[in-house]
Amino acid sequence: MIKIDFMKRNIVNTAFLLALSSVLLVSCSKQLDLLPLNDITSEQVYSTPEGYKQAFAKLYGSFATTGNNGPAGNGDIQGLDEGTSDFLRLYWKAQELSTDEAVVAWGDPGIQDFHNMNWSASNPMLTGLYYRSYYQITLCNDFLRQATDENLSTRGIAGADAEQIRKYKPEARFLRAYQYWVLMDLFGNVPFATDEQALGSFTPKQISRADLFKYVEDELKAIENELPSAKGNEYGRADKAAAQALLARLYLNAGVYTGSARYADALTYAKKVIDGGYTLIADYSRMMRADNNSNTSEFIFTINYDGLKTQNWGGTTFLTHAAVGGDMVAADFGVDGGWFGLRTTSRMAELFPDVTGSVDKRSQFFTQGQNREINDLTNFKDGYAITKYRNVKTNNAPGSNLTWVDIDFPLFRLAEMYLIYAESAARSGSAAEKTNAVNYINLLRQRAYGNSNGNIAGAALTADFVLEERARELYWEGHRRTDLIRYGKFTDGGYVWPWKGGVKGGTGVAAFRNVYPLPSADVSSNPNLKQNSGY
Amino acid sequence: MKSKTWLNHFSLLLVGLLFSITVSAQQKTVEGKVLDNVSGTPLVGASVTVKGSENGVLTNATGQFTISVPSGATQLTISYSGYATTDVNITSGKLEVKLSVSSSSLADVVVIGYGTTRKKDLTGSVATLSTKDFVKGALTTPEQLIQGKVAGVQITSNSGAPGAGSTIRIRGGSSLNASNDPLIVLDGMPLDNGGIAGQANPLALINPNDIESFTILKDASAAAIYGSRASNGVIMITTKKGSRGRPLVNFNSQFSVGVIAKKADVLTGDEIRSFVNANGNASLKALLGAENTDWQSQIYQNAISSDNNISIRGSVKNLPYRVSLGYLNQNGILKTGNLSRYTAGINLNPTFFKNHLKVDLNVKSSLSKNKFANEGAIGSAVNFDPTQAVYSAKQEYGGYWEWLDPASATGLKALAPRNPLGILMQREDQSDVMRHVANVVVDYKFHFLPALRAVVNAGVDMAEGNGTIVVPEQAASTFKRFKDPNNVFHSGVNNEYRQTRQNSYLNAYLNYAADLKGIKSKLDLTAGYEFQDYLTTNYNFPDKTFNGTIVTTPNFEFDKPQYRLASALGRANLNVMDKYLVTASIRQDGSSKFNGDNRFGLFPSAALAWKISEESFLKNSKTISDLKLRFGYGVTGQQDGIGYYDYISYYNLSSNTAQYQFGNSFYQMFRPGGYYFNRRWEQTATTNIALDFGLFDGRISGTVELYKRETKDLLNEINQPAGTNFSNKIVANVGNMENKGVEFTLNLQPIRNAKLTWDVSFNATYNENKITRLTISEDPNYAGARFGGISGGTGNTIMIHSVGYNRGAFFVYKQVYDQTGKPIDNLFADRNRDGIINERDLYQYKGVDPRMFFGFSTNISTGKWNAGLVARANVGNYMYNNVASSTGTVRNILNPIGYINNGSRDVLTSGFSGNGSNYYLSDYYIQNASFFRIDNINVGYNLGSVLRNKANLRISANVQNALVVTKYTGIDPEINGGIDNNFYPRPRTFVLGLNLDF
Repeated sequence: MIKIDFMKRNIVNTAFLLALSSVLLVSCSKQLDLLPLNDITSEQVYSTPEGYKQAFAKLYGSFATTGNNGPAGNGDIQGLDEGTSDFLRLYWKAQELSTDEAVVAWGDPGIQDFHNMNWSASNPMLTGLYYRSYYQITLCNDFLRQATDENLSTRGIAGADAEQIRKYKPEARFLRAYQYWVLMDLFGNVPFATDEQALGSFTPKQISRADLFKYVEDELKAIENELPSAKGNEYGRADKAAAQALLARLYLNAGVYTGSARYADALTYAKKVIDGGYTLIADYSRMMRADNNSNTSEFIFTINYDGLKTQNWGGTTFLTHAAVGGDMVAADFGVDGGWFGLRTTSRMAELFPDVTGSVDKRSQFFTQGQNREINDLTNFKDGYAITKYRNVKTNNAPGSNLTWVDIDFPLFRLAEMYLIYAESAARSGSAAEKTNAVNYINLLRQRAYGNSNGNIAGAALTADFVLEERARELYWEGHRRTDLIRYGKFTDGGYVWPWKGGVKGGTGVAAFRNVYPLPSADVSSNPNLKQNSGY
Repeated sequence: MKSKTWLNHFSLLLVGLLFSITVSAQQKTVEGKVLDNVSGTPLVGASVTVKGSENGVLTNATGQFTISVPSGATQLTISYSGYATTDVNITSGKLEVKLSVSSSSLADVVVIGYGTTRKKDLTGSVATLSTKDFVKGALTTPEQLIQGKVAGVQITSNSGAPGAGSTIRIRGGSSLNASNDPLIVLDGMPLDNGGIAGQANPLALINPNDIESFTILKDASAAAIYGSRASNGVIMITTKKGSRGRPLVNFNSQFSVGVIAKKADVLTGDEIRSFVNANGNASLKALLGAENTDWQSQIYQNAISSDNNISIRGSVKNLPYRVSLGYLNQNGILKTGNLSRYTAGINLNPTFFKNHLKVDLNVKSSLSKNKFANEGAIGSAVNFDPTQAVYSAKQEYGGYWEWLDPASATGLKALAPRNPLGILMQREDQSDVMRHVANVVVDYKFHFLPALRAVVNAGVDMAEGNGTIVVPEQAASTFKRFKDPNNVFHSGVNNEYRQTRQNSYLNAYLNYAADLKGIKSKLDLTAGYEFQDYLTTNYNFPDKTFNGTIVTTPNFEFDKPQYRLASALGRANLNVMDKYLVTASIRQDGSSKFNGDNRFGLFPSAALAWKISEESFLKNSKTISDLKLRFGYGVTGQQDGIGYYDYISYYNLSSNTAQYQFGNSFYQMFRPGGYYFNRRWEQTATTNIALDFGLFDGRISGTVELYKRETKDLLNEINQPAGTNFSNKIVANVGNMENKGVEFTLNLQPIRNAKLTWDVSFNATYNENKITRLTISEDPNYAGARFGGISGGTGNTIMIHSVGYNRGAFFVYKQVYDQTGKPIDNLFADRNRDGIINERDLYQYKGVDPRMFFGFSTNISTGKWNAGLVARANVGNYMYNNVASSTGTVRNILNPIGYINNGSRDVLTSGFSGNGSNYYLSDYYIQNASFFRIDNINVGYNLGSVLRNKANLRISANVQNALVVTKYTGIDPEINGGIDNNFYPRPRTFVLGLNLDF
């Protein structure tokens, strides 16, 4: 009987079973829509003001961390060791190791290229830096699209909350302008993307250095008055003075970027910052210490680090550990051990009246057991060490952690504005401006000497003097390459330092090395890009 | 309504099945004995059934059987694995049945995807191995059973650690960034290739003693029925099943001792003393100790292991079963390492309704208790100063000698290595891993239409791993590692980890087999549906010091990554006159890893075979017994080894150690993740041409195969144009690659007589791999995607995928040598002649994969003795000797940071200073790692009947990893990935075994 029943239904059943697969496939298409458990969509993130602020924090935080797990483990940038994918660490190497201010003992891929001045388009450090800058730009572009009035109202965010979020926007534009300045300075003609275009919908076009200069200038001027007044924002966030300081730096180097100098504008904007109410901190040796977040009278805009809550293997952790080695006692630097990496060339020692710091306190060399001259770049003991970065508080207690340091890094501080003013005045200023400039220089030198013995007279104010003074004041703060290029001394054989170009006595290299090459990683993936000449 | 009645009938069917009783007619009893036709050895466990029925028994330990048969029965069918199945007439008196070895096994039925076929009807490239082919010895994981046995299949154990898995590559692998692992199918159920926390090897749950056979689908025409996961081939494992008749018990026990086969060649204490005294500065000389410590001897041990297995098979009434239990206790040659594994398996295979309904239930469970040795000790022992004592005779740091620095907070010298024995003995990493795999296959042959079968296979794979890591407070490795907000230091580690997996599987298909007598043809059609769900739960725990102080806390307690596959499949086989075979298959796969528009992929295949030996002009040939020409083409896909949700951007919350400070508040940050909306299936098209041959009644048989595999839309991590994504690199579908190769298999039986049989099998594979495209736009400066991180420097990589070269070429500087052949320190060829040495002077050199590899096995049996040997050889594979490059320099020994290391003896040859970084990438360190290896030598003796003729006892002895011949100077030339960086040595193992059947 069962058999008969089956036979009766066999066609139906067979057809049913045969059709089953396609039916199930269709119904299972929905089953194939899966979502991650902990990671959330943009709709969820941007549904609350708190979510906006946490996404906004990433715009700044990508300066200070290498990824979403401190100190490492979930990196933002792929393709190189996470510890070396940090903005400050890479930017510092590109700006300092290629100059007379710093040498490194290590053999990380591409690192010695900076001394040898033979970097190529596949240098991993330059590639990492380039992608780090674009990473921050991409975050800013996306955030600006998420924070449009239209999106805010769609997501039901209004009133004071919406007002608060609108205030983030000029800061995002400031960060983007800063990174475009970095890219313009280092790489010249670079790909250009703004929040005008949706992600994934386009391949960026290359923008000329001069056009990018104009863009950065316009952006900064546009947000200058939208940002809170100087010191009017939370510590760590950009204000009007930050935008003005970047404009001053931009104009100072305008000749390099566009072919026409803008020293008068540089002076104007430096002055605007100076008039913002900043004063020098009293003790130069407290500039780069574990509790330097209290140096707000001088610091204009900082990258904030914390040994417990903002951990990464780059930033000031790198600058502190890497500079410790030889006979240096790690505990004096508030760290658990040196990395035996960074020292300086004898060219730096020559800039100071002595190397003990007894005359000019900015002379922070460690000489015990160190050779002044470098025979072997890879030997830590060749070349004086630098003691500028110390994870020790002003009361001499160590920072919160012996591995990851607390030192904040000032991307802009008042002393630089004095020096921009002075250089601009020296190059093209009026008599009154030159007098001001001498005063500013002497403010720096009085702090350095502890008295007026180091003060200069008006006649001493020359552009070349300012270059040397910049080195004395700002060494190891990431300015040197830009400065040497502005003075025509970076590649030129007329100005050499030990191991310039990979030669002990120093040698000039081809002028095309005044810009770094576009990473071949990007040239091979973006057909709009033309490599910088010479590479 | 309709479906309800259908359901009623189905439950009726089930009830009937449970209470089915075979109503027996009049019976008679037949007795007999089953023997090997050549040696006369009794065959234990041969199956004896009444022809055409499932009613049967197994022969006992002396080959005897007694079966009760219906009085009308005229023939018995006798079968035994590895022998030709024979029908015999029932005569009066005792039967003596002699079975002959089927060396070609062409009559065998082989398991293929979603069905079975006769081996002689195969059209694709399919290799099968059964128990008689397996490698013998103390093998703890299944894949080792077939190492070196199959052309085109390369199996490399990942390390010498207990329970370590293997990397399996079939025809070289077809992917770059996606997985190159083959799909493993256990009793019809595809397994997940991922490991579980606490156990890296997903196959370790399967007791090798439970395995009946392997079927390896190598080409697309065979594998395309598995579609999306088949690009790298399919390995199907069939476990042993129950059988009819009286219970048969098998007990086997093995005892083994593993010893270290080769240690890294480093300097002795005396040599270091003279080296430092000759080259070091005063402060280093002052650090020299007076000892001659061989650190490698300190960390390694002789590893004693045992493996005991018992299985029972038989039937209870009409329910055939097999039950097995196993206990393995394996010590590692690296001290402290141990694996204790308990396995249990149950197979039930009842049939109902006169074989219309077959049910096959398989359950496998295992519990592994692991103690993981700290493998960091391996590198540390190579590098640690041999002039120092092991112990300090002080309390600090657990009594181990360490490099000290009184000025540091820990008292230890920063950046200096820690005592190798200390880091080994002061770390306890223990895990318990449970895994259960169960599936049931219901195969119903329709009553009204026996040609039509419905098969449903449903299964689950559940695993749970729990582990703890404890490092005591005094251990130097984690001494004072955390300073709390009160400035108090905490030391040690007290952490846990946990992961679970729940994978489910459902497959249903219909099979219709028709005899088209009009055209002397047979048609076989299969259509089905499959659904797979892979769910993992990863638990996150705080990082704690030994005393429980929390260092970091995770954001989320757990995460549950999950992916699913849904598929429809179909296949048609046409057999015309038993001479011409046609197979066509198609599969549509949907994966949750792709967006809705790209989700489904279509994977077709077709194959033709011509059995030339069935043609009239060869049919009666005495020489040629088999000759078959095969041609196949198919497309397979790949989506394993990529992110689960990458088609849209998700926001990830940063950890509480990656916050950013605004004012006095710290914020955890939301980060948008990189994504690739258009990601789709990677596709590999394979063409296969083969000739199978058998000569002299199968005493010589073999196969020659030619294949070409072209992969397009490679899942390839490419750079994203800056400014267009949240990640600068993303796995996209860009690039093409091809593999071409030849495989040759030969099986010989040079001697087969009453006294002696001698079998030889040999296989050879040639594979050539070439990347033909990698990027979206052409850039002459772009050399390729570099990978293969090495030890030494930060972020150095040694390999590259470049267009025009083989996958995994080394990317190195060309070392310059002096007239005496000694490498000149830091002198490399300026290949582009621009006057400087930089990345643009790197060149693609050789590669990781062998160009050719060979397998050889032989077996001789005479009387009660048998002996065998398995050997393999790889030719054309190169290795980066990272031990030499990272330790064999003057700078490493005379460490400028202020301590002494040991180093590779290579420093005396190269004399490299270790200055700069380019030397790491010198081709000097790329060494030819071609090798010949004897994997196994075994001898067995059959003691015959023991225990009053009720049992049969065999004893055996083995040496595993008996011999390696190579020019390579490191400890082992066979290391996955081609980078020798402190590899866990494969032990040489001596094994004694006994096997008892009763």
